Order: sequence, then structure tokens, then C-alpha cells
Amino acid sequence: MPLRPLLASLTRHKLTVLLLALQVGLTCAIVCNVVFMIVNRTAQMRQPSGVAEDELVTIDSIGLDEGENPLARHAADLAALRNIPGVTAVAAVDALPFNGNDWSNGIATTPNADTDLTATACNGTHGELGTLGLHLLEGRDFLPDEYLPMDSAHDWAGINHVPVTIITQALAERLFPGQSALGKVIYPGDNPVRIVGVVDHLLRPHLREAASNDYSTLFPMLPDSNDVTYVLRTAPQERERVLKQIADVLNQLDGNRILRQAQTFSQLRADFFRRNRTMIGLLLAAAAGLLFVTALGIAGLASFWVQQRRRSIGIRRAIGATRNDILCYFQAENFLIVGGGIVPGMLLAYALNLWLMTHYELPRLPFLYLPIGAALLWLLGQCAVLGPALRAAAVPPVMATRAD
Amino acid sequence: MFGYYFALALRSLKRSKVLTALMILAIGLGIGASMTMITVLHVMSGDPLPGHSAQLFVPQLDARPLERSKTTKDSAPNGNLTWPDAMNLLRTHRADRQAAMVAGSVPIRPAQASLRPFFQPGHYVTADFFSMFDAPFRAGGGWTAEDDEQRARVIVLNAELNRKLFGDTPGIGRTVRLKNTDFRVVGVLDEWYPQPTFYAQVNDRSFGKTDQFFLPLQTALELQFDFSGNFMCWGNGAGGRTSDHCTWLQFWVQLDNPAKAHAYQDFLGDYWREQQTHGRFPRPVNAQLYGLMDWLTKQQVIPSDLRLQLWLALGFLGVCMVNIVGLLLAKFLRRSGEVSVRRALGAQRRDIFLQFGIESAVIGVAGGVLGLVIAELGLWSVRQRPDGYAQLAQMDAAMLLGTFMLAVFASVLAGLLPAWRACRVTPALQLKTQ
Repeated sequence: MPLRPLLASLTRHKLTVLLLALQVGLTCAIVCNVVFMIVNRTAQMRQPSGVAEDELVTIDSIGLDEGENPLARHAADLAALRNIPGVTAVAAVDALPFNGNDWSNGIATTPNADTDLTATACNGTHGELGTLGLHLLEGRDFLPDEYLPMDSAHDWAGINHVPVTIITQALAERLFPGQSALGKVIYPGDNPVRIVGVVDHLLRPHLREAASNDYSTLFPMLPDSNDVTYVLRTAPQERERVLKQIADVLNQLDGNRILRQAQTFSQLRADFFRRNRTMIGLLLAAAAGLLFVTALGIAGLASFWVQQRRRSIGIRRAIGATRNDILCYFQAENFLIVGGGIVPGMLLAYALNLWLMTHYELPRLPFLYLPIGAALLWLLGQCAVLGPALRAAAVPPVMATRAD
Repeated sequence: MFGYYFALALRSLKRSKVLTALMILAIGLGIGASMTMITVLHVMSGDPLPGHSAQLFVPQLDARPLERSKTTKDSAPNGNLTWPDAMNLLRTHRADRQAAMVAGSVPIRPAQASLRPFFQPGHYVTADFFSMFDAPFRAGGGWTAEDDEQRARVIVLNAELNRKLFGDTPGIGRTVRLKNTDFRVVGVLDEWYPQPTFYAQVNDRSFGKTDQFFLPLQTALELQFDFSGNFMCWGNGAGGRTSDHCTWLQFWVQLDNPAKAHAYQDFLGDYWREQQTHGRFPRPVNAQLYGLMDWLTKQQVIPSDLRLQLWLALGFLGVCMVNIVGLLLAKFLRRSGEVSVRRALGAQRRDIFLQFGIESAVIGVAGGVLGLVIAELGLWSVRQRPDGYAQLAQMDAAMLLGTFMLAVFASVLAGLLPAWRACRVTPALQLKTQ
């Protein structure tokens, strides 16, 4: 395919070609970043929480009776909840992934050290590991005699006395890269705490930067404030039924309380990511809309040109060009125009990404997105121009003898 | 002439129906998406207290220690004050009105056996709060500074909670039990939900109906009610609510004219220096006074996702515009022959320009109408979101007109370049090549 006549013909429509290339460039820049944002947010939503999400039901109970002993209250509640048919395990906890109840401590490996590293403290009654369905990679669960109250009445002083902890693999890797964390010591409070186990995941109640989302520490500390979260484990199909029973069971035991957030863990996760889902939907719509409008622009312009050039196409056909030549001509022309848009488009994509990085905390656009975006737009252009190009190829040679 | 060009435009547009429809669709989508987001952001950046906001200010005193290291930048001060600072500002009484406040959530225990106890969000405030913010009372009123000092058990209810507890009559003089304490209702507000809830800490619950009750701050502190919101401490020692190294209180002042605002800013600087002599406020003196609207902008009351959605919509509109310009250009230039004939027969450039201008305006008006429909659909979908701002997403007359103007303006702008190019066609050259 000789390029010279092709370029010569394009220079006759400089402004139009420029506009189309500009459109392709803008689309390329926006779509690359939009797709990147979609991938980012999807990855955020896909993060494993570490718990058996399909089998958990939770409820918050806030006791209103000032005088009562919270530890006894929780024990009695747990005993009653355990008796609900279909419930296999129960625990009282203070924090869960996505529930927003985040108590983070600075984690040092030496006493009284300043540290930038923080990890969420997740505390619960005996059997929390099994109830949540956490996956122990190495080490052991807490022993019954290791449990002590959190002492929430005195600034949660339990953290200064707790003997052992189980941490997540991400935290273990951050604290002791390349070594086993078992038996090592950390300082979440005033005193050393020995690591006796490592779980694969336990997401924090709030999400922050990707790297630190899984920095959690489990302590054998019993929640002892009036405000507590009960977690019940049951078969996935039993969850709704169990959920309906919980409030009655607890209120029968003691009605002087407020129950909140009775929900399955799946609902908790869905609510947490609701805004993300809306945003992903909008981003998808925007990307689809942009590609559609650009395809429309390419196809529309091509069909104008085909109509305009019917006579010259006829002449070319009359002097020996095959249908295939005509088809190739239009496809090649489109390839050039789209290519002319993609090159500045990629630069623009990068610039847009820099702007997003400063204003919306988006990470840097991986280089791979640019060639993929370019290929996508080339493909889009070729498909969009195919219809008009086929119509051009169908122009009979006899058009050469007719006026427009 | 106008009618004739209009008829010509319709005829020309009819000739390529599909393409015309697609152009109208593209401009409609672009306008619709943009106007949806512009409307949402417009209603969200509205003035929560029209006519009154210019006199309201947030003083900002940063009592934190010097930054620990240069590498980890600590966050900008969030405007919260410590208890001693808030009380000092309150007692020196330098502004026309001033109030300290903080959000809280307490269990309410209705007297009726039919109602179970329930949690309600509210605010613990000091006496000037209601008069300073011009809160409309349906009955009764606020409390006095003496009530504050005596830790009076008094409460002001917002309309919704009053309805829930006492039905349609204001429950003035009646008793509400919060946690384990009885409070006497002294005032009932008339559906007071400023949007956003500007006086509270800015967070993702700044829009929507929030506070249902207001009670004296000192009373809440004495009864150890639960506070919500950011509570930040530094240094060593017990981090109690009344300590001088924990910030958690919001503070607002009313200053009736710019001269007073200026004087108050000077006073804040003096306060900072005076505290430095007591070994507090180690950072260089930098007392700030923010106006209400500036404060909301600074605290980014509009969620960043929404701003991103606006940029996305505008980007989309931009691409649609370039698209329309390109298509119209190709379309008009294709009619160079027709233009040349008209020019040869005596039409002036301005006539040609007008003819094509009208044709693009027709597309614009049609796109604008479609854009309005799409914007209404878009706003409807925003209203389905469970966020607090959802119910605000209504189009007012100004935005309606704005949408339409934007559509026509955008398409006429898009038609300008193609029409100009078309009227520059050289008739002789075109006619000869035919």
C-alpha cells in the first residue's frame, strides 16, 4: 500500500483529520485512566477479609444497665445464642473487617520505641478464631488460661498485660521479613507480647493504603464494655432464619439494651463497598460511552468521505483497483488517523494520571495500560470504519463516468 | 429568511437520519451527564445558612507539638480545639456570639412501653449555639449561659424526635430520659437540618438529616455521655476529655463586621503567644479565622468521588463536542458544491454562515431537550443512592435553564468552526471541479 497518495488525500482534510485525531487522543487518555480506576477499585473490593464470609451473622448489643457486669452479660448471651438451632459457633468481639470499629496500636519490636507501623487490635472471647473461620498458617490458637479482660474502663489497660498474640501474615512479613514470626516478641503496649500464631488474612475494620490493610493483631482479651458485637457461625442457607431469631433470644434474656446492625457478613461487606460499586458502574458507563461516541465519530466521518469520493473510487476501480484495494485504502487511512491520535493520547493519559495522582490518590498508571489502550482504539477504529469501507468497495467502476 | 433556513436545516438533517440521531444522542448524553453532576455539586456547595453565613467563623489554633520528623508530614489541623482552649475562648467572650460543640450519640428511653430504647445522634453545645445559627424554634427556646455552668438537665429536640416521642404537639416542659438521666425539654426546633451540617466535623455524614437533639456540653461531660468524632491526643499523661493535649471540640464565633473579624484574628494571635508563655502551643504563631463557606471548601465537604464524577462527565462532554465539530465539519464541507452555487447566485458569506449556524443550533436544541431528560434520569438515579446528599439532588429553575443554555451554547460553539469553514469555500474553484 503506497502511503504517498493516502497522505496527500488526508492533507486535503487537515482540519477534519485533526479533530478526529484529537477525539481519539482524548478518548485514549480518559479510557486508559478510567479502566485503571476500575481495576483499582475492583481489586480493593476483592480483598479477602480472612473470615468465613458466607457463614457469619453479626449483631451489636449495647447494654443500658449501668450496674451490670459486662463479662457475665456476654457469657450469658453467648450461651443463649449458642443454643439457637443451626448455630455452630459464637463469639463476642470488638472489631470485624468492614465494621469501622478500629482500635489501632503502634507496633514496635523493641520496648518504648517510636514506630510508624500501626495494626488493629482484634479482641474476642475464646473460640473467636474458629467462629470467624480464620485460617491459621502456623502456630496455635489461644489457650483458655491466656484470656483476660480488655479493661476498657481504664483506657483498655489489658493491652499492657496480655501475654500472647496471633498476627496476620502480612504483618509478620512486615515485622520480620524472611523469618518465621513464631515465638518473636512485639510491643503493642508497655510490655512484650509473644507471637504464638500467624493467620493468612484478617482485614482491618477501616481500609487505608493497600499495603497496610491486612495489618491486624488478635489478642486473647475479653470485650468488657457495654457495647459488644456478637458473631454467629451457621450454614449459608440458615443465615436469614438465625438472623430473625437473634433479637428475640437476646431480648428475652434482658430487654434493657439496644440491638443494632443485625446483618449477615455479606451485607456488611456489600454496604462497605456500596459507593465503590456505584463508582465502578459510572466509570464503566463513561468508558463505554466514550468508546461509543468515538466509534460513532469515526464511522460517521468515514461514511461522509465515502459519499464524497464515490467518483474517484469509481475511477480507481475503472483503472484496475480491486475491491480489496479500496477496502484496504480506507482501513489504512483510518489506521493512520487513529495512530496520529494515539501518540499524543498516550502522553495525555500519562499527564491525566499525574493529575489524578495528586488530587485523587490514584497510584501511577502502569506502563502496560498504554499499549493495550492503543491497540484497543486501533481495533475500535478498524471495526468502526469497516461498514463505510465495505460500502466504498461496493462502488461500481461505472461511477467514474457519472457526476456526483 | 430565518424560517427558510430552518426548513433547509431540517431537510438536510433528514437526509442522513441515523447520523443526525447519533449526533443528537451524543450531545444529549454529554449534556445530560454534565448537568447531572453540575446540579449535584451545585446543590451540595450551597449556603447552609443564607444571609447569615458571612458573619460566622471558625477559629483555628494548633496546639500540637512540633512535627516529629520532616519525612512524615502530619495532617493539616482539623480545627478542633482542646477543652481548656475552648473554655478560654468562651469565657473571654470576645466575639459577638460564640459556642463550643461536639457530636454525640445517646440511647433514648421513651416513657411509652410500646417504644424500645433507641440511639439518636445529636450535639452537645453551649448556650449561644441557637441564636448564633439562627435556629428556628417551633416552641420554647434554648438555654442560658447559667444553665451551662450549672450543668442543667435541659434539652432541645429537633422536630423528628419530638414527633416520635410526643406526637404533633411540642413536648415543652416534658421529660426525656437519655441513658440514665432525665432531661426537661425547653425547646423544639422546626425541622432544622442545615445542608451540609456545617457546624459538625466534616465527614461522609455531613449531608442528610442528622442531629435530633441538643443539650448542654458541660452536662454531657459531667454525665460521661458518649462523644463521637475525631479525638486526637499527643504526648504523655492521661488523655482525658478535659486535658490540654487532646483536641475534639468544634468552636464557632459570630463576628458582625469585617473590623470585628480582624480584631478577633489579632486576639487569637495574642492568645497563642500568651499560651506560649505557659509552655503550650510550641508551633510558630499561626492563628487562622475561616469564614463558613471557606471552611466548608477547605474541609472538602463534597466527597472526592463526586468531584471525580463531575470531571468524568465534563471529559465526556468534551469528547462529544469534538466529535460533533468533526462530523458537522465533514457534513458541511461535503456540501461545498451547494454552497458554491448559492454563493455564485449572490448569497453572501454571512448568509451561508447563518444557514449552517441554524442547522447546528437545531441539533443543539434537540440535544439540549434530550440532555434535560437524561439529566433528570441521572438525578433520579442519584436520589436512589443511600447517601445523605441524595435527597438534595433536585433540579431547580436556574439549573433547568442552565442545562438548556449549555446545550445550545455547546452546539452553536460546535457548529461555529464548521460553518465558518463552509462559508470560506471558494465558489469558482468548487464549481470548476464539479
